[in-house]
Amino acid sequence: MSGTPLGWRGRMRALYGIIWREALRFAKQRERFLSALVRPLVWLFIFAAGFRSVLGLSITPPYETYVLYEVYVAPGLCAMIQLFNGMQSSLSMVYDRETGAMRTFLVSPYPRWFLLSAKLLAGVVVSILQVYAFLLVAWFWGVDPPPLGYLTVLPALVLSGLMLGAMGLFLSSTIRQLENFAGVMNFVIFPMFFASSALYPLWRMKESSILLYDICRYNPFTYAAELIRFGLYGQINWLALAVVVGATAVFMGGAIYAYDPSKGMLGRKSG
Amino acid sequence: MTALEVSDVSHSFGKLKALDHVSLAVGEGQFTALLGINGAGKTTLFSLITRLYDNITGTIKVAGYDVRRQPGPALARLGIVFQTRSLDRDLTVRQNLFYHAALHGMSRGDTRARTAEMIERVGLSDKLDARVSTLSGGQSRRAEIARSLMHKPRLLLLDEATVGLDVKSRLDVAELVRGLIRDEGVAVLWATHLLDEVQPQDNVAILHQGKILTAGTARDIAGKSTLEQAFLSLTGVEEGVL
Repeated sequence: MSGTPLGWRGRMRALYGIIWREALRFAKQRERFLSALVRPLVWLFIFAAGFRSVLGLSITPPYETYVLYEVYVAPGLCAMIQLFNGMQSSLSMVYDRETGAMRTFLVSPYPRWFLLSAKLLAGVVVSILQVYAFLLVAWFWGVDPPPLGYLTVLPALVLSGLMLGAMGLFLSSTIRQLENFAGVMNFVIFPMFFASSALYPLWRMKESSILLYDICRYNPFTYAAELIRFGLYGQINWLALAVVVGATAVFMGGAIYAYDPSKGMLGRKSG
Repeated sequence: MTALEVSDVSHSFGKLKALDHVSLAVGEGQFTALLGINGAGKTTLFSLITRLYDNITGTIKVAGYDVRRQPGPALARLGIVFQTRSLDRDLTVRQNLFYHAALHGMSRGDTRARTAEMIERVGLSDKLDARVSTLSGGQSRRAEIARSLMHKPRLLLLDEATVGLDVKSRLDVAELVRGLIRDEGVAVLWATHLLDEVQPQDNVAILHQGKILTAGTARDIAGKSTLEQAFLSLTGVEEGVL
């Protein structure tokens, strides 16, 4: 008689275990946490300081007054943290697939879609911890959204984290060339980050190039950044919400398909 | 009931036929050795049983459950020790066992009790809170065996479990697994290319180039010669390959 409960009680235990392990691993890798924190802070301290004098910002929602460039760029940097984290954790799944770690994970009796979703959620939890650490430091730097904003941004961070994590999962499971991080930086992270509203408002982009403006408008990362930006000020950007939810569904569907043993790439790999 | 039933399974990677109409059965609480040189198809077969790949043709049943139609109950009754090291090296032995137990939905109480029981069984009680990276090869193998049995599977698969171990550790691991069959009543499919791990009364299936060449007890297969001679003449491989 096997003792494995296959119902929801067992699944919740599995979900808890997967998140627990991810958090534990993250806590043990101090350098990873440090670099995850230093990266956006470099942007905030150096890039934003230099940019602030060049770039004038008019009043754009959700801001009610003129804001300093640091204040404008902070939500975009939150999204960047999640973008890096999403790509990193899904790349580690690619490496894991070659070793036994991924196999151990996949021989769990629960359905693949459930396991992948749990893994994704665990990555989101870790990314949110990083974002709050960043927001704390940024607060000392003068980025001080309303106190309630720290709470209202949480659902936005969960959604954007899911979208970016699912995207990483989907890309890593389908595109073989993305197996090293340099490639991911060049072909995914940088283009997505720069061609978005994270660093400058889209109307600014429109002034310099309509084509670029259109690219930014079709970039899902723009909507992740905007969802966080509005959330941090206690507001909801409905368009951003719709795009983020839609993109999450598409990426996740693709990832589940790719990890399905009867259809996706696992079955085609030799070994 | 049989612990494992593989019927007429074939699997290809592109043009390469890795498994060709393979059939195999392991009875409850039995030890069966799957003998084959590297590349014979042992790992592919294990990947199909664990549903890492889908079995394209044929059926695989674990404790009566079809791994394709009822993967949940089938995987719940299956434990596996992979050929490659698969413990999380940054975590302790205890944390690895807890993670595995969670992946199988075990309650906290069951997890604690079973951890104590299994870790004692494999003789690693003093290493429970040691990081996996500090363990020797033999110790981490034993920890992996403890982990694979946490959820009380009916069938245990071991893929070249003794590769890379010194002679003493090899004997320890083999002895441990045979003891587990007695104590836990678990059935074992032991894939190896090392013939000295097989005892005369063991069930043996010889896999070569994706085909099962023969199956029976080691004694019957060997006949009047040794198992090694029988293996070499059946497969036609040179002696040095083993």
